[in-house]
Amino acid sequence: MFRFFLGRLAVLIPTFIGVSIIAFSFIRLLPGDPVALLSGERVMSPERHAEISHQLGFDRPIVVQYLDYLWGVLRGDFGLSIVTKRPVIDQFFELFPATLELSLCAIAFAIVLGIPAGVIAALKRGSVIDQILMGTALVGFSMPIFWWGLLLIIVVSGILQWTPVSGRISLMFFFPSVTGFMLVDSLLSGQEGAFRSAFNHLILPTIVLGTIPLAVIARQTRSAMLEVLSEDYVRTARAKGLSTFRVVGIHALRNAMIPVVTTIGLQVGVMLAGAILTETIFSWPGIGKWLVDSVFRRDYAVIQGGLLIIAGIIMLVNLAVDLLYGLINPRIRH
Amino acid sequence: MTEVTAVSPISTDPSRRARLAEFWYYFSENRGAVIGLVFFSFLVLLALCAPLVAPHDPAIQFRESVLVPPFWQEGGQLQFLLGTDAVGRDMLSRLIYGTRFSLFVGVIVTTLALVGGILVGVVAGYFRGWIDTFIMRIMDIILAFPSLLLALVLVAVLGPGLTNAMIAIALVYQPHFVRLTRAAVMAEKTRDYVVAAKVAGAGNLRLMFRTILPNCMAPLIVQATLSFSSAILDAAALGFLGMGAQPPTPEWGTMLAEAREFILRAWWVVTLPGLAILLTVLAINLMGDGLRDALDPKLKRS
Repeated sequence: MFRFFLGRLAVLIPTFIGVSIIAFSFIRLLPGDPVALLSGERVMSPERHAEISHQLGFDRPIVVQYLDYLWGVLRGDFGLSIVTKRPVIDQFFELFPATLELSLCAIAFAIVLGIPAGVIAALKRGSVIDQILMGTALVGFSMPIFWWGLLLIIVVSGILQWTPVSGRISLMFFFPSVTGFMLVDSLLSGQEGAFRSAFNHLILPTIVLGTIPLAVIARQTRSAMLEVLSEDYVRTARAKGLSTFRVVGIHALRNAMIPVVTTIGLQVGVMLAGAILTETIFSWPGIGKWLVDSVFRRDYAVIQGGLLIIAGIIMLVNLAVDLLYGLINPRIRH
Repeated sequence: MTEVTAVSPISTDPSRRARLAEFWYYFSENRGAVIGLVFFSFLVLLALCAPLVAPHDPAIQFRESVLVPPFWQEGGQLQFLLGTDAVGRDMLSRLIYGTRFSLFVGVIVTTLALVGGILVGVVAGYFRGWIDTFIMRIMDIILAFPSLLLALVLVAVLGPGLTNAMIAIALVYQPHFVRLTRAAVMAEKTRDYVVAAKVAGAGNLRLMFRTILPNCMAPLIVQATLSFSSAILDAAALGFLGMGAQPPTPEWGTMLAEAREFILRAWWVVTLPGLAILLTVLAINLMGDGLRDALDPKLKRS
């Protein structure tokens, strides 16, 4: 297992270096002068230009600049935002809990509905229920989620007036952020109605962000279950006279979960991409909206840092999924 | 060539017609796939004949009829079957012209990613060694970013617009084709027929592209349909974020972005472009499922 871990790590390190080179060169690939771009000053005298250039280290050889950048990144220094002049990493940690809370709710939503739907569809293969479930899953898989969000706002917030349109909590409430998770913080604050407000704000974004993972998990669970159900050991379990519940729940589901766990792990990248759209629609103050806003504000320091941090997170999650997979399924280690 | 008289759908007849017949047999088993194909053909026709079918020019603004609802609603006009948008352009005409952009995006992105991915993947899988390691590391790097985020940043670098959006999306999709091609080439490379061709004196290029590649196409075709639909979704998403096709282009995602402020006032300007995206993507994904069933030999045996 340790060797397996080392092997994965050996692949990860060059990939991370490559990712950092891309993030580093990004600012130099942009049309225009990187010094002007990074300082945010459009018009400047040659002396001022030289001064800032020296300040930012642009007068040194490119290799030295890159190594310096990499050293900074390893110590958690991702530079300063051009717009707010604050460290990129600080802003990231301020906004990340909002995205994490939303993503966790969305993936929980997808798992809780997706796995049972896949199991039922597999057990009732070819029936009307199977066709309805898988038809719905395909619609979900084909969904332009930015439109799905707008549609839910029209129906649920506009016509039915059940949920608020945007933000994380009603402006009536104010309490200090302890964990950064609005659901937890609102409970800790002890204010009446605060949790309900936070919960209501989460419903629509959760559904929107969870839709595609839900569809993927349901489809994957169904096909994994179908494969497992035709195995000999399931037939043996049935022949022993075990109840359907035991056969499906204990024998089949456990083995069918192996590919499903990988699928869930792979959804992290999908979630972060989905967060860009979901957070934009619902004005959710998280990483996705931050990055989109930065693209429009031309805050290249934020884009550069954000790209690298997100790629780093995805790589770590993939490593964790690989390791987990190696633990459940020893065959993969070789 | 022998006539197709096989009773069993699994024929051993190697002729192209027989293989096509076999493919069609499995494809048409899947009702959804046939529905998808019919709808997709309809969209292709619509895109080709857009100037003939569309009742109005998609760019003409009827200033006296702004935000007219669809004809069946109160205040609707038969002149504008699906209503008009905020500056009085006919929705139906814009939706019909939008088909052109979406299908075009799908075709270009898939072609670029497929051709690029095959070239790189065949080289990696055939030669192995350091060149393979090098290529696969680069693909890992691209895959480390969420595709939409990378496409968004690339478009920010290249400048907003449909062409740049297509280039960015194609680049982001390429690694999937590289990986599939490489895996398939590696599996085929040691087969007897390849060794035989090599002994017969076939050069590297011939072995790579004439001998091995045609036998690796099945997973690539399935991936291509998947990319086709995802490309339409991602291009629309970029348009929605303001980084894809620019107004007044009647691209569906861009139309949605323009319509956002009317979300609670005029449902049709928001609902219809999204519905068009959903139906198009759904039709292609239905076809994709059918293709997978028809091309996957593992499923055929069962």
